Amino acid sequence: MSAKLLNSRLRTVGFYALVIIVMLPTVFVFYWMITLSLKPQVEAAGYPPSFFRFSITFKGYVEVFSKHPFLLYTWNSFVVATGCTLLGLIVGLPAAYSIAHWRQAGLAVVVLAARIIPGISYLIPWYILFRNLKMVDTYQALILTHLVVGLPIIIWVMIGFFEDIPPELRDAALIDGCSYYGAFLRVAVPLVKPGIVATSILSFIFSWNNFLFSVILAGRNTRTLPIAVFNMIGYEEINWGPLAAAATLITLPVILLTLIIQRHIVSGLTFGAVKG
Amino acid sequence: MANRTDVVDQSVAGASLSLGIRISRFGHRYARFIFPAPALLIVALIIVYPVFYTGWMSLQEWFASSLTPPKFIAVANYQKILAGDPRVRDAFFRTLYFTLIAVSAETALGVAMALLFNREFWGRGLVRTLSILPMMATPTAISLVFVMMYHPTLGVMNYLVGLVGLSPFKWTYSSKTALYAIALVDVWEWTPLIMLIALAGLAALPKEPYESALIDGASALQCFWYITLPLLRPTLIVAILFRSIDALKTFDIIFVMTQGGPSNASETINILLFNQAFSYFNMGYASSMAVALFAIVMGACLILMKVRRVGW
Repeated sequence: MSAKLLNSRLRTVGFYALVIIVMLPTVFVFYWMITLSLKPQVEAAGYPPSFFRFSITFKGYVEVFSKHPFLLYTWNSFVVATGCTLLGLIVGLPAAYSIAHWRQAGLAVVVLAARIIPGISYLIPWYILFRNLKMVDTYQALILTHLVVGLPIIIWVMIGFFEDIPPELRDAALIDGCSYYGAFLRVAVPLVKPGIVATSILSFIFSWNNFLFSVILAGRNTRTLPIAVFNMIGYEEINWGPLAAAATLITLPVILLTLIIQRHIVSGLTFGAVKG
Repeated sequence: MANRTDVVDQSVAGASLSLGIRISRFGHRYARFIFPAPALLIVALIIVYPVFYTGWMSLQEWFASSLTPPKFIAVANYQKILAGDPRVRDAFFRTLYFTLIAVSAETALGVAMALLFNREFWGRGLVRTLSILPMMATPTAISLVFVMMYHPTLGVMNYLVGLVGLSPFKWTYSSKTALYAIALVDVWEWTPLIMLIALAGLAALPKEPYESALIDGASALQCFWYITLPLLRPTLIVAILFRSIDALKTFDIIFVMTQGGPSNASETINILLFNQAFSYFNMGYASSMAVALFAIVMGACLILMKVRRVGW
């Protein structure tokens, strides 16, 4: 009897050991990023590396802000991601509503195509277009192009939320004399508020993370964080403190936002094909 | 729907048609076109127009840095891609190879992890939360961290490899290992997605087949191979489809970590086309590569959709 109990205890311990081993790489990369950002240069580039015992300094963070216009980059990223999300919601919500209620499958496919077409194939026409319009290095160009990642996710995830509204509710609003527009604004939109929060955050993160479009269309005035960090690699060589500090600063808001909407992320990333 | 229109028509039948009523009738009748119109306008501007422009540009020879206008050369760019340029051919096969190794590793690891986590245990929520972070964290920042970890003499990876008793690698700093080192970053980022999708699939599986298999005395391995895997297949195909599309398009992590080097060892078609367009300003040639890349992504989609329908 006790041998059986011991056996089950061992199995539990073994299971948890396995779970920890499997999750270790995920945790370690983030742990390493944060600790590198806090180590003084001698220890950050010291060998063998110190895992737990090291002195803590905020010099890396100070350098990020003193040697680079990091606040400007953060502001740029914020403006572009917010602009992309707001514009995406304004045009995306009515479209998602329409696709959900009039079953416009063709439109849904168009939106899905945007998810499949390689982003890099838009880049050449955009560059030529915005160069001719003298719009390279403007927020407008960045916001418009970031919509390619923001808008499809907003529309596609919101279709699901609008479909979940009971049809009786919409019909009741119509019978009570609401126009479609009134039914949309006063009935449907308030009902899908949680969905709007989730998709806004998803779209914000995707725009915040975007590297490919900004590397071509951002200039000195509108450079966003991913581009700034990429440029720092050459500049800082193996001065790892500021590099890790910059990486931590970019990732931190994303992680906080991700924690808020974690239930919606898998369905967002798979365009609703999988309900997380 | 029809009733609704009738109501409106009757209500305005007696009144003379003022402009306001006409607009609201128009708005009502064409609501299904008006609602998606702004989004379609944006899609036309930022997606449809560029796609056609790229297709048209792929038939031209044009250096954006020079003052000479584009010259129409029909399919010469495509001939060059298919026959004349070994660098493009290498880049194409590298892209496919990268996708193949990254997505197979992610699928195998992801399914294994899902099987491990497919039970109630203390800390399950924490595991889920942690799994989501690598997919959402800014790829540029993650690449930067891996650049530091991969450093041949000072990086932590070689220290960890040494602990296991292996000799140190040069990771992204050697043409032999660069592509694998980048694939490892992709695996780190995206294995959790396959795991979470597989986990959702496992949760939806029926119990009965397992009960009868248990009665028949099937082993755990047999259960997995003959029951779990076939039932999970549609879910897995969706996961593999999404991952393949994105792996074929991988740009950020390669560009940040190696920019295609050393000696082109990690130059996928995305990197090559980016450099052709924005270092050499060879817009026509780069456009034809973009079209070819698009064809490959579409091909991968179609193949996987077909696999989804056909049985094993």
